[in-house]
Amino acid sequence: MGTGILIDAIRTAIGPTAAAYALLAVGLNMHFGYTGLLNFGQVGFMLVGAYGVAITVATFGGPLWLGVIVGVLGAVVLALILGIPTLRLRADYLAITTIAAAEILRFLTRNSGSEPVTGGVFGLRQFSGDFYALNPYPPGSYLGVLGLSQNRMWQMTVGWGLVFLFTLLLWALMRSPWGRIIRSIREDEDAARSLGKNVFFYKMQSLVLGGVIGAIGGAVFALTLQTVQPDTFLPQVTFFAFAILILGGTATTIGPIVGAVTFWFIIAGLQSTLRRSSDAGLLPDFFGSQAVGATTLTFVGLLLMLLMIFRPQGLFGDKREMQLDVK
Amino acid sequence: MSSDAPAPTGPLADVAPEPGVAKPDPILVIDGVKRSFGGITAVNVDHLEIQRGMITGLIGPNGAGKTTLFNLMTGFDTPDQGSWSFNDRSMSGVPSYKAARLGMVRTFQLTKALSRMTVLENMQLGAVGQSGEHFLAALIPPLWRKQEEEITRRADELLARFKMDHMRDDHAGTLSGGQRKLLEMARALMVEPELVMLDEPMAGVNPALTQSLLGHVKGLRDDEGRTVVFVEHDMDVVFDISDWVVCMAEGAIIAEGPPSVIGSNPAVVEAYLGATHGQAPERRKKRAGGEPA
Ligand SMILES: Nc1ncnc2c1ncn2[C@@H]1O[C@H](COP(=O)(O)OP(=O)(O)OP(=O)(O)O)[C@@H](O)[C@H]1O
Ligand SMILES: [Mg+2]
Repeated sequence: MGTGILIDAIRTAIGPTAAAYALLAVGLNMHFGYTGLLNFGQVGFMLVGAYGVAITVATFGGPLWLGVIVGVLGAVVLALILGIPTLRLRADYLAITTIAAAEILRFLTRNSGSEPVTGGVFGLRQFSGDFYALNPYPPGSYLGVLGLSQNRMWQMTVGWGLVFLFTLLLWALMRSPWGRIIRSIREDEDAARSLGKNVFFYKMQSLVLGGVIGAIGGAVFALTLQTVQPDTFLPQVTFFAFAILILGGTATTIGPIVGAVTFWFIIAGLQSTLRRSSDAGLLPDFFGSQAVGATTLTFVGLLLMLLMIFRPQGLFGDKREMQLDVK
Repeated sequence: MSSDAPAPTGPLADVAPEPGVAKPDPILVIDGVKRSFGGITAVNVDHLEIQRGMITGLIGPNGAGKTTLFNLMTGFDTPDQGSWSFNDRSMSGVPSYKAARLGMVRTFQLTKALSRMTVLENMQLGAVGQSGEHFLAALIPPLWRKQEEEITRRADELLARFKMDHMRDDHAGTLSGGQRKLLEMARALMVEPELVMLDEPMAGVNPALTQSLLGHVKGLRDDEGRTVVFVEHDMDVVFDISDWVVCMAEGAIIAEGPPSVIGSNPAVVEAYLGATHGQAPERRKKRAGGEPA
């Protein structure tokens, strides 16, 4: 049973869903980690990326590349709509606006009136044909004991490839004078202004960039599941992405990657343990198969609390930096 | 220069010591600027001119409106009415970052050190017109590396001048209050402003260092031709380095003139003695120290 659990956990930890979440967290790292922007609606950008592909391909019969572009442009527009009224105000305004916007987007997509375009509550499918047609992996079983399919390999290659690409992009940006301005805004906006920096413009760039990365995470998510449904884009997705970011280490280069892999390893490991134990009759009904999801989340919550108490800087954060008071 | 001598010389020698008096070559001209917070009129300046290339001391009891005036001039706050111009350019509605780029840079009474950035990074940030500040150029280091080296050299020079070079790579959040004041002043100079507005730059700085800081401030005027306006509660400091002193009380300019006459101005004496927290503008041995909230 032990190895079975381990294999389940590793499969998920390196899987495409973890990659999609890593992308959400990379985007949040840009917003929250480096710029100090409180975006509590990252799932909204994810939704836009996912539906951008799904609607373009499934509803309008467009090609995949166009769908990705639509998703990215949608994220840019969403960032502008969210940012223009709020980025001049205090940080909490953006937080409230983003969380509301993400929920509004979800309701709009599941609304029966938008069914002809979004598929309503049933969502959309059959938009990922182009994606799998590009798969260079021949049929077979991959990575030995993990036994991954050719499609899974292709999803992982694209997903993690994008994660590394955007991680590299942020790394390059953050060590440039551009990144220096971004970090100064996180520390004290007025100081940045007093030195002639157009704070609003840089916050906007950050919001757009992180949002676009989140949208690409959404596209990866949709192409992996090969279906989109409005109710996968619940507010808790954003909070998982935040948990991943904080777990790995906020404002660190590889924090989102480490966080995503660790987070999904723990979730899948716990789920597998609970399911297998309950199947073997080792658990009281209270933890039974019905409650696996809830029990897992409880454990994750507990783990996060312990992390905050004993390692608030995350796995890769800098403890000294953490202890400096801001402002 | 003859700044140590109390008797005015140079371009301000013939200027009458009256509130709102015209100066021969003003860099900053303020007209009818008013700002109230609820019932309090924080600033109510009829007319004020700041002479170019001089050090102007701005004094006044706590709550006189000095910081608010700085905020208004530099775009960090908006007046209810009035206008002001910098280098003959109207500054109404100009956002704070543009005011800084135009050459008017201020420091804050409550320091704003960028805690989780190093002292050097704080300094580097101050340089304007960096090509690596553009999104795409940022991704191509060869486009900005040379400029970055030049900025770093300038930053190191300034840090050495402010005796902070040994802290170059420390996080600014680890600095003491006085060190933060120094860093903020040095950082403002990285912008290479024409007009430097310092809000209590000496508060909390130890007396030995104050002397050398005063030297730097004079150097800004004498060697670099910059204009300085500074707020200070320590009258020794004010009389020591100012070419001209402006006194505010309850938002208005109640007196201005060369340091030699301002101390005995009855309006100034009354403002200080009448105010509950004021310090009489006579030379005192005790330093003002600390940072009023
Ligand atoms: N943001 C604000 N909201 C409300 N009142 C304010 C605000 N800023 C300043 N004031 C009020 O305006 C008046 C002037 O304040 P200001 O900070 O300009 O004084 P100051 O001359 O700089 O004093 P100090 O020497 O103590 O620094 C004070 O009465 C203060 O209470
Ligand atoms: Mg003040």
